[in-house]
Parts: sequence; structure tokens; C-alpha cells
Amino acid sequence: MLALLALHLGLALAVPFAAPRLGPRVFLLAAAAPAATAGWAATRAGDVLDGRPVTSSTAWVPGLGLTLDLRLDPLGLLMVTLVSGVGTLVFLYCAGYFSAGQRGLGRFAGVLTGFSGAMLGLVLADDLLLLYVFWELTSVTSWLLIGFDDESPQSRRAAQQALLVTTLGGLVMLLGLLLLAQEAGTASLSGILADPPRGPTVAIALVLVLVGAFTKSAQVPFHPWLPAAMAAPTPVSAYLHAAAMVKAGVYLVARLAPAFAVVAPWRPLVLTVGLATMLVGGWRALRQSDLKRLLAFGTVSQLGFLMVLLGAGTPEAALAGATLLLAHGLFKSTLFLAVGVIDHETGTRDLRELSGLGRRLPVLAAVATLAALSMAGVPPLLGFVAKEAAYEAFLHGGPGGAVVFAGLFLGSVLTAAYSARFVWGAFASKPSCVATPAHTPSPGFVAPVVVLGASGLVLGLLPGLADPLVQAYAASYPLEAGRELEHLALWHGLTAALGWSALTLAAGAGLFLLREPVRRGQRGASRVLSAVDADRAYDLSLSWLDRAAQRSTAVVQSGSLPVYLGTVLLTLVVLTGGALVGGTSISGDLQLWDRPLQAVVAVVVAAAAVATARAHRRFTAVLLVGAVGYGVAVLFVLQGGPDLALTQFLVETLTLVLFVFVLRRLPSSFPRSTPRRSQLVRAGVATAVGAVVAAGVLVAGQARTAPPASQDYLDRALPEGGGSNVVNVVLVDFRGFDTLGEITVLVVAALGIATLVPAGRRRPQEQSR
Amino acid sequence: MTGNLTLALLIGVLYGVGTYLLLQRTLTRVVIGLGLMSHGANLLLLAAGGSAGAVPFAGSTDGGAGAGTADPLPQAMVLTAIVITFGVTAFLLALAFRSWLLTGEDAVQDDVEDRRIAALEPEEHPHAARPEDEA
Repeated sequence: MLALLALHLGLALAVPFAAPRLGPRVFLLAAAAPAATAGWAATRAGDVLDGRPVTSSTAWVPGLGLTLDLRLDPLGLLMVTLVSGVGTLVFLYCAGYFSAGQRGLGRFAGVLTGFSGAMLGLVLADDLLLLYVFWELTSVTSWLLIGFDDESPQSRRAAQQALLVTTLGGLVMLLGLLLLAQEAGTASLSGILADPPRGPTVAIALVLVLVGAFTKSAQVPFHPWLPAAMAAPTPVSAYLHAAAMVKAGVYLVARLAPAFAVVAPWRPLVLTVGLATMLVGGWRALRQSDLKRLLAFGTVSQLGFLMVLLGAGTPEAALAGATLLLAHGLFKSTLFLAVGVIDHETGTRDLRELSGLGRRLPVLAAVATLAALSMAGVPPLLGFVAKEAAYEAFLHGGPGGAVVFAGLFLGSVLTAAYSARFVWGAFASKPSCVATPAHTPSPGFVAPVVVLGASGLVLGLLPGLADPLVQAYAASYPLEAGRELEHLALWHGLTAALGWSALTLAAGAGLFLLREPVRRGQRGASRVLSAVDADRAYDLSLSWLDRAAQRSTAVVQSGSLPVYLGTVLLTLVVLTGGALVGGTSISGDLQLWDRPLQAVVAVVVAAAAVATARAHRRFTAVLLVGAVGYGVAVLFVLQGGPDLALTQFLVETLTLVLFVFVLRRLPSSFPRSTPRRSQLVRAGVATAVGAVVAAGVLVAGQARTAPPASQDYLDRALPEGGGSNVVNVVLVDFRGFDTLGEITVLVVAALGIATLVPAGRRRPQEQSR
Repeated sequence: MTGNLTLALLIGVLYGVGTYLLLQRTLTRVVIGLGLMSHGANLLLLAAGGSAGAVPFAGSTDGGAGAGTADPLPQAMVLTAIVITFGVTAFLLALAFRSWLLTGEDAVQDDVEDRRIAALEPEEHPHAARPEDEA
């Protein structure tokens, strides 16, 4: 199985290089990957259906316990049929769909092959994290494929919407999967299903996972991305957005339902969302004039149907769901590909402009009609078999009872009506339109459509072919002894389900025949309903996000140095001050001074410092700073550090000289200061900082718990350092590397000054020239 | 340990005035503010190291390791700090000087790009670019 995934990856990387030479025939090459997969799956089908799933396990990141666990079981086999079986036909179709001069053909072929591989990995993965990786890979490839026409704003928006909605859902799902793995103690999917964990955490995890499944499978209210994704080329719509990718959410629900449908929030959530989706999709499909959008809303509706069936958690519903999964993959991709042919040969897919195509493209019309009948649930097609099974599952007290059944019935009526509308819109001769001119498509272009459409008929006539597959999936539900699931069949006798089926078709036909009044009614209703528009909500939330980002940027990143500094200093005040107030007390004895002279000098220094701040002339300020410096030097002497005092005197003098050099060039007065209010704010911050630091000094002075390290220095200075001035010995000997660093700083500063000052001087000379 | 109230208050004043000047827009005042803060920091190191005492000389009057000797380690650190402060001040002055020569202003400017971003009007997401249902 790993080899098949590698084949997909290899071809995905290779086909872009082959595209310039092969043109659209590159898709025939790329089709090798899904075709090989489908062939392989067919040879394994016997084993899988007999209850012997194919597994493979390869170490990936052993340190993290990540393994590439793959597993092909009946549900996986069903999905592989769609992913690789339908996929192969879509690849063949692409060879006829694209013209040789198509821009970006190689990229498209590569990404489509990559998607096929990612989707295959998703349905085969037996490890939650592996499943998530493939899940997101399909989102990313879907994004690239929807945005294929990167020059159109519409397709860019659609691509972004699909990406944002599905990956956001994916992230929520990841959280759920991790919780689930945590509770179960294993990330192995089959392990979790065999021994499902229970508890409140599991319930939360399941809701999170369901959100991911809902976004991926375009359930209300996340559905608008799917109709928008119709901006993609038609093969993408048929493959990703009908047969394969949008089924991922449904697949996950089908995978988990046997073990978790009994957990409290599962059934109400899945049934409500699924039914709402089925009805909203059907209602909107009936209003579309673009054939592709009609099918897209139809897909939304059918995904809701599938969600109800596969999430309901009874073997009967699961049987119906698996059958519908297969049927929908076949008829919906047929219909999309047929629309692609129509679009390709006539240049439009607006059903108000198309007329008389049934006569011009009879084969296509026949196949598409077959598929539409299957969608509507008309015998003897597979869609009918599936819907019979679905009615059967909910007629006799299935989960949700009569309400769910009524919803399914209404949804099916809408489905029948829009199926009729599709066939009429695409192929009928309308008196109001002239017959649409159309080229004749090449046989190779139509052949994949015919194969797909015909398979729905064959499987409908011979439901025994599909029966073992869906039975094997339904068998994952425990069944009471003595009870047996009914087999799929066209004819179950005169049952209630058959009656409801007939009623569905009649009502659907009625809706279609009364299309003018229905249309007026829908238009009126939509005026009321437009207040709740999920697509508009998406736009609004994006706008809101933009505005919020911009506002917070404007506040946080003001570009003003005083504001930044003020923020840093206030943080210091709040954190340090908070710690001082909350966590310490000054307990030791305080004294006013060590030596009375300290107080005298301190008063002078403080006065000079305050005067510096108030000085209006630069020179005054600098002289006052000098006074502060000399005063501090005196304090050093009083503290017992003559070396410090000496250094301070020297440095202060040098600094004064430097200031004078610079001030010579600057105006004598400071510029007029900023408004009084902002100066008051500065003074407030300054006072707070000063107070916190002063308090900090007192606390820090009393925080000593160990004897000073310098005791050792005092003892060792003479015997080891050879000097009696301990400070000097510390500087050049005990802590010599500190001094080396200090000298390095001086060198760097000197280099900077030496480059800055002459470079600055050049400018006035240039100006004077 | 005893606390020295005078030194603590002086350090507070130096830090306060230094902060006030640091928050100004005139570069010279910012440099001066940094200098005042450095003085405060140096005194802080000394004050935190212990109270005043005799000059730390090995083999001096009371036999070197007496309780009345000032701690030499903070002194060594402060000495290093004084010299480094000098280097930084000189460098900042060179920067202020160059800024004056280039722009004719001795002031810290706001970041132009940041102001431009803050003044931007939020972009509206047009609810267009998507097909509507049949009318």
C-alpha cells in the first residue's frame, strides 16, 4: 500500500516535467497511479470482504511513536473504489477536456495526482495523526485546484474560502483526535474502534471531530465553500467536490459511528446538521440557473443525506448509507463530467441559454439522464436501491423517528425535482430559446462519462454486485442473534418504502411541473431568508478579522519610541512593584546614612539631577550632568572605593569634553517641549520607576543569605594575585575576562564613532560644492 | 544587613529623572537621561553590595578581612560599568551628531511606515465576486 502512495507521489512530481511534451496526454500517464490502485484493490477485494483486512505498518518517527499504519477494510475498499476507480476515469476525461495550449497544465496534472494520493492515504490511514496529515493534504491540494485560474478574482476568493473553512475545521478536528487518542491510550484507529473509550472528555472530543467532518463535507453552516468551489475546472468539481474529497467528512463519520454513535451528543448533532444540510442544499439547488451550481447544491444536499444515514448508528442506516455513498459517487461525477462536455462544446452552462442539446448530443443526453434518474431515485438504478434501503431504515422506528423520516422524505422530493430540472435545463428544447450550437465531442472525451453513467444502471439491475461490499461495512455494527440484514434488491415486494418512493417521485415531478409558481414562491421566501446567509457571514467575519488586526496593529505598533519605552518601563513598575508590594517587607534595621557627609552630597547630586531635567539650554544641562557625575564620584569615596572615584572623575571629564564637541554644532536651546499633558504622563512614569527602584534597593540590600564571595578575594589577593589593592586584582586577575569584554566594548564603540563621524561630515561638503 | 535610606532615595531620584529624560524626543536629552540612569545603576550596585567601609586593601589596618571593609567585588563591577557607560555615551553622541547632520533635527522620529499602517482605512470585503442564485 505504501508503494501505491509512493507511486502517486512520484507521478505527481514527474508529470509537470512531462506536460510540455505530452500536452493533455499527460493525464493518461498520470492515470497510471489511480488505475494501479484500483487494480490492486480489486485483487484484494475477496480477502477484505471475507473479513481479512490488508494491513501494513512502517516505522516513521519511532521516537515519537509515529508509524505509517495502513489498513484496507470494507469501508476503505468502498472509498478506494470512489477515489481510484472514479479517479481513473476523471484522469482519462481530463485528456479530452484540456486543450494543448492550456496554461499551467503540468501544475494542474501534478496537483491532481497528488490529491489522488492524499485522498487514498486518508481512506487507508489507520492512525489518527496520519489521517489528519492526509486530511490537510487534501485541503491544500483542493485549494490549489480551485484556484487553478489564478487570474480570476472569483476563483481566488473561492480557493481561499475553501482553504480557510476546511483547515479551520481540520484544526478543530485535530484537537478532537488528540483528545480521543489521549483517552484511548492509542492513536490507532482500529484499536480505538475495537475498544472505544467513554466519558465526558470523549463526548467533547467527538463534537470537535464532528466539526471537522462538517466543514470538510460542506454541512450547514459551513456549506458555502462548496458551491463557490465550482470556479475550479469541471474535472476537479467531479472528482474532489462530488466523488472523493467532500466524502472525507462523511467517511470519518461512517468510520467512527459504529463505536461512538451511542455517545450522547453524537446522534442529535449529526441528524440535525445532516437534515438541515439536505433541505437547504435541495432548496437552493432548485433555484440555480448555472448547471454546475445546481449540481453543487445538489451535492451539498446529498452530503447531508449521507451524513444522516452513516451517522445514525444503526446497521440498516449504515447499509443504506454505504450504498448511497457508492451511488452518489457514480451519478454525481457522471453529471459533472456531462456538464463539462456541454460547457466545452457550447461555451455555456446556463440552463436559460441551453436548448435542443438532447438531439445534438444524444449519447451524452442518455447517459446524463440515467445518472439524473439515479439521483432522483427512479428504478432500476442504484440510487433507487439506496433510497429504498434508506426509507426502510427509518420507517420502522429508526433513530429520530418520524421527524427524521419526514426530513429525508422532503429532501428526497427536492432531489427528484432538481434532478428533473437538471435534465430539462441541460437537454430539453425550450420554445423560448434558439437551439444552442454545439461541437461534436470526440468519443474518447465522452467514453469515461458513459462508463460512469452505465455503472449506475448495471449495479442497479444487479445489486448483488455491490451487496457484499456494503454488507461487509454494515457488519461492523453488532447485530442481535437471529436478526439478519436485508440484502440489497430492486424488488422487496409491495412494502411501505416502495409506496413512499413512488410518492417522492410524484411530488418531485409535481414540483418540477409547477416550476413557475415554485420559482416565484422561492424568490419571495429568499427575500425573508436572506437575513441568514452563511456566505455573507463568512465575508463579514473576514472583514471583522481584518479590522481587528488593523486596529490592534495601530495600537500595538505605534512607531513612537517614547511609547515603546514607556510600555517597557511600566511593565517593570507593575511586575517588580507588584512583587515588592506583595512578596517582601523591609524588616532589617534602616539607617539614614553610613556617614553624615553622604546626605550632604546626595542632596547636591539630587538637586543637580532635577535641575538637569528642567534645563532649557543644552550647555546648562550638560554642566549639571557633570556636577552629578562628580558628586557621585565623591559618594564612591565615601563608600570606600577610591579607584571608582578616580575612574569616575576621569570619565566624567572626558564625557564633558565629548559633549562640548557635539554641542558646538547643535542649537543652544532644546526645542520647545511637547504639550504639558504628555510631559505629565512622562513625569508620572518616571516617578513610578524611581519609587520602585528605590524600594528595590532597600529590599535587595537585605536579601543576602550567603556570605559575600569577596571574602575569598580579600584573602587570596596578596598571595595569589600579587597585589594589595583588591579591586585592581579582581579586575586584572580574578575576573580578567570581564575586563577583556569591557575593552572589546570600547573598541567596538570607538570603531563605530570613527566611521559615523567622518561619514556624517561628508554631507555638508557635498552640499557646499 | 542595614539599609541606607539616603542612598536609596538618591538612586530613586537618579532613576526617576533619567527615565523622564529618556522618554523625551530630543536626542541630547535622551543621552543625558541614560547617563543619569547609569549613575543610579552604579550606586545601586554598590548599595546592594553592602554598607560603606574601609578601602579594601589586603593586609591593611585590621588584617584585611575585617567586617569594616567595603566589598571589593561590586566595586570591580561598577568600575567596569563606568567605562562601558562612557563608551556607550560616546557612541550615542556620535549617532545624535550624525542624525543632526543628516536631518537637521536632534529628535527621535516616529516610524513613518508604522504611522502609515495605523492611518490606513480598513479594506472592505466586497460581497461580490460570487455568482448569485437565479433572480
